Amino acid sequence: MAILAIQILNSLLYASVLFLIAAGLSLIFGVMRLVNLAHGSLYAVGAYVTAWLVGRGIALGVPLGWLFLLLPLGALSVALIGIVIEPLLLRPFYRRAEEYQLLVTFGLLLILEDLLRLVWGGTPLSADTLMDALPILHIGGLFYPAYNLVVIAIGIVAAVILWAVIYHTKFGVLLRATSQDRRMASALGLNVGLVYVVAFGIGCFMAGLGGAIVVPTQAAVLGMGVDALVIAFVVVVIGGLGSLKGALVGAVVVSLVRTAGIQFFPELELAVLYVIAALVLLVRPTGLFGTT
Amino acid sequence: MTRETRQLPNRSLLKLVAGAAPILLVLILLPSLIGTYQVQLLIYGLIAAIAALGFNLLLGYTGLLSFGHSAYFGIGAYSVAFAVAHLGPHSMEFYLLLGIPIVAVTSALFGYICVRHTRIFFGILTLAISQVVYSLALSFYWVTGGSDGLRVPRPALLLGLLSFSGSHGFQFFIKSYYYYVLGIFVIGVVLMWVIVHSPFGKALQAIRDNEVRARFIGLRIRRFRWISFLVSGTFTGVAGILWVPLNGLTTPDVLYWTFSGEIVFTALLGGFRNFTGPIVGGIVFTYLKTYAVASTEYWQLLLGVVLVTLVLVLPTGIVGAISRARQRLARRSAVT
Repeated sequence: MAILAIQILNSLLYASVLFLIAAGLSLIFGVMRLVNLAHGSLYAVGAYVTAWLVGRGIALGVPLGWLFLLLPLGALSVALIGIVIEPLLLRPFYRRAEEYQLLVTFGLLLILEDLLRLVWGGTPLSADTLMDALPILHIGGLFYPAYNLVVIAIGIVAAVILWAVIYHTKFGVLLRATSQDRRMASALGLNVGLVYVVAFGIGCFMAGLGGAIVVPTQAAVLGMGVDALVIAFVVVVIGGLGSLKGALVGAVVVSLVRTAGIQFFPELELAVLYVIAALVLLVRPTGLFGTT
Repeated sequence: MTRETRQLPNRSLLKLVAGAAPILLVLILLPSLIGTYQVQLLIYGLIAAIAALGFNLLLGYTGLLSFGHSAYFGIGAYSVAFAVAHLGPHSMEFYLLLGIPIVAVTSALFGYICVRHTRIFFGILTLAISQVVYSLALSFYWVTGGSDGLRVPRPALLLGLLSFSGSHGFQFFIKSYYYYVLGIFVIGVVLMWVIVHSPFGKALQAIRDNEVRARFIGLRIRRFRWISFLVSGTFTGVAGILWVPLNGLTTPDVLYWTFSGEIVFTALLGGFRNFTGPIVGGIVFTYLKTYAVASTEYWQLLLGVVLVTLVLVLPTGIVGAISRARQRLARRSAVT
């Protein structure tokens, strides 16, 4: 029983990280119709920056409690990168065919992956001090780090905030208007360029936050972004590209399948996920909750 | 009218022969002028060109961007590796005869699924399927060797006429294999040229340019796309088959989705709106990557910057830019 509880908690932990990545990817696609292949790498940047900040913080003798404030800082740095990238690199491509958007973001992926290696080298960067700073819980005789519960909570809070922003604020209305009809929104006097920058920034922030909260549980390594991207694709394909609810449901489904897979069919774990994604695409190309 | 349409492919084939003859002559003479290492690089370039040529039938002529062509390249490579491990004759012809049906069948199967969608969904579907193949190759390590991959020794060429054991085998193998690959490359280019200029190829381009109109004139769009996918995957698979004896080893890396990205990169580098674009792209990309890897640890960074600049500045690729410059020159000289 205790094992089951821990497995469920583990899959929720994984789900909340996945949700953060996939929701960002989905938001960017929903608003800008852009499939950002570099999104996973932005997640990796979040992880690296946070781990580096935590390392600096420890070296400077910052008290443990304050170190937790570095998590949002890591996410913000990724948002900053996004705000720079969007107008400079991506804006010229909205008018051109989708192929070019994929290619430019693929180029961005190559650049970001190597920049990480250039700055932080090939050795994994860890921030497990944060995880050790919190107590270890006892669940039915088994040990479980309390930090993992923090991650789950952050995932839930992020989902609620994002939902509130999109559906209950004026900015959310602008966002949805732009996503539904960009030209009409522009004709009504909306500053579409600004909406795009902010949306891209939020999407990048989510990816960065995913990286920031995951790095205390597992070190930042090269290639984590590329791996995360394909899994995030599976999530948004199952849930539906451009749908917030879809990203949530997709993240939970994927992490449950993955946890069950590791337990029962470890060889086929990844293959099963991709097969599910392919099947969903075949039956419902727009995913479970997607529109258009 | 009928006579003219019947003549058209012949005339265009003649054009191909006339244009390609000097280049082919250079390619034939080149190995006696350059070192073994350069010849080896050139083989890699020709193989990349075959892969990109196949890929471009889908992107350039059918208007479908596949982000999963690593699957067909990798399946070609792995089918050779399996044949080495489990089946008898150690000959390249045998590998080709065995591998081509395998890649053709898998691309037919995967293509049948993928062509149900277009645009971004097609891209993601091809990506997902190639990732299935990748994760299977990684997981079933007792069959595929996992991340260590499978070794493939140098096979005999031309029905065992040429075999390459012993200490001087390597140089001899590279020279002979160069002409072998060049031969298949020429066959591939001619075949693709005929396909692209045939009524079938014209139908694909019609579908690419306007799907609704193509349907109105009675083209069975999905079937055309499917056959295009099949041919495209098989070409890329042949490239994989040819690649593995040269590389000596196949690992799941050639199945990973970033390798598909490299194939896309290759086609774009040369220019996917031109027939010769992917060929030029394949050779240029091979040199670019080799020298980038040799000169800096951060070759991905270099490639990424090249890719982004390319997409921004030269959207029609190398060949597209050259032909546009040539057109502009011709127009200017016509005016004066």
